[in-house]
Amino acid sequence: MKKKKNKPSAAAVNGHLVSRPIQRWFPLFMLPTFLAFCIGFIWPFIQGIWLSFCEFTIPQDAQFVGLKNYIKAFQDTGFRYSFVYTAGFAVVSIIAINVLAFTVAYLLTQNIKGANIFRTVFFMPNLIGGIVLGYIWSMIFDGILKKYGTFLLADTKYGFWGLVILMCWQQIGYMMIIYIAGLQSIPEDMMEAAKIDGASKWQTLWKITIPNVMSSITICVFLTLTNSFKLFDQNLALTGGAPVAFQSDGSMINTTEMLALNIYSTFYAGSSNRGFAQAKAVLFFILVAVLALAQLRFTRDKEVQQ
Amino acid sequence: MKEKRTIGSTLLTVFFSIFSILWLVPIFEVLINSFKANSYVNTDSFALPNSESFVGWANYIKGMTFGNYPFLKSVFFSVFITVVSTVLILLCTSMAAWYIVRVDDFFSKIMYYLCVFSMIVPFQMVMFTLSGTADKLGFNTPWTIPVIYLGFGAGLAVFMFTGFIKGIPLEIEEAAAIDGCGAISTYFKVVFPMLKSILISVGVLEVMWIWNDYLLPYLVLDRTEYMTIPIHVQYLKGSYGTVDLGATMAVIMISIIPVIVVYLFCQKYIIKGVAAGAVKG
Repeated sequence: MKKKKNKPSAAAVNGHLVSRPIQRWFPLFMLPTFLAFCIGFIWPFIQGIWLSFCEFTIPQDAQFVGLKNYIKAFQDTGFRYSFVYTAGFAVVSIIAINVLAFTVAYLLTQNIKGANIFRTVFFMPNLIGGIVLGYIWSMIFDGILKKYGTFLLADTKYGFWGLVILMCWQQIGYMMIIYIAGLQSIPEDMMEAAKIDGASKWQTLWKITIPNVMSSITICVFLTLTNSFKLFDQNLALTGGAPVAFQSDGSMINTTEMLALNIYSTFYAGSSNRGFAQAKAVLFFILVAVLALAQLRFTRDKEVQQ
Repeated sequence: MKEKRTIGSTLLTVFFSIFSILWLVPIFEVLINSFKANSYVNTDSFALPNSESFVGWANYIKGMTFGNYPFLKSVFFSVFITVVSTVLILLCTSMAAWYIVRVDDFFSKIMYYLCVFSMIVPFQMVMFTLSGTADKLGFNTPWTIPVIYLGFGAGLAVFMFTGFIKGIPLEIEEAAAIDGCGAISTYFKVVFPMLKSILISVGVLEVMWIWNDYLLPYLVLDRTEYMTIPIHVQYLKGSYGTVDLGATMAVIMISIIPVIVVYLFCQKYIIKGVAAGAVKG
């Protein structure tokens, strides 16, 4: 740490006073986490990268095939479709969730009675797991659509907007909490000054409030973005990818299948597809990692400005 | 607040009151349907139970056993896995984070960066190889799966703990060392009590993750013997149409009531923990 470098004598000695005994207890402090981390992450990750270049039914008899799986993944219509579908879903849900969550947060911080109760209520759906959420909403959508003589899995549109509504219900409360924290950290005197200068509510919102919560907005936009791309449970439970559409070349695509679900179904559809599925998973990882790194850069830039 | 409440804010309260009730409609839906006979759930899921369709607690009693797997068994495994995994994660990763911050050698740095890296890796990337590894090493039972959760969940937990421990002044531990405390007693008597707020935040995040997690236990556990609540619900949904919808709603109700009760009692911590996890770094 920085301190040690500047003052090598006393601080270093004192640092050793603490660090030496800890080091001696490495097996107690570090080893359990390290071993579990190797089993639960490092080894599966390395093996996953390796297997994406192989053909295999069980990992033991993997045959190296170079980039074949990756080429196949890029040519796969289902995979490409699910990428476009996921991106479309991400755009719609980012806008819907953030606009609504910000509006609710803004109104709730306007000194209204019962704000805490409303906050509690809006956050509640966040505690329910994706599978249960999917089940609840599929019952509701089927109940509504039945009145019009149709059902949820009849049309891609229903599945798409159904998932948007479900995700709004789940995520608005969560994003609202982040926006409320941002709104409450705006210095009071800034608001006061705007009032004295005769700014209207609308002007204050656009010229003071929004610029001051830019960092919350960035966080929420990226959270909704990565959440949309990684979405699995809700997708599986609500539509499971149905309905199916036949392509002109005779292949089938699941029209409400998102990326994560597409990878999952490729893995467990048959044992011959596993290298191919693992290659898709690596591409998926790269995509999610790029989004996460972009988030990091964005938030860093914002911090510099303030 | 100095401002006086205006008519506008009263109107907002009225608006939000109505909106809050609408917001909870999906949960009410599950509740009312859990008291209706199966055929009535199908014909009109929005109708309130009436003398014809009302079946009392029958769905709840049936929900305990139908689908060839006792629901209470799933509840037990869910509770066990969530509690043991969370305790294990909190204990092990906070110790590891302390080691990383205080020892700060080459190994610590590598471990730290690997943890940060693991946070951006989606589960689909490792799911196939992870379930294979867990199977081979015998981590495929509810009694051993907490080790898998510790491994896959270590990233976020170590990251949050290191961030917090870096802010603790070294002098306190130095004083303890001078007074003759060894590493173990320094950690458990001096450092651990100071971690209370971050332990709660990380604990909330882990509980919410593990309790609701579907895919990891689904792939790792032997499903004929062990199910958790999300697996059980998905298993019932898989046989949609043939299954008793009223009883399924009762099962869902049983699975969300404890969560809501816990939330209402500790919402302060839950909201704080969730916000801390979101604004990590």
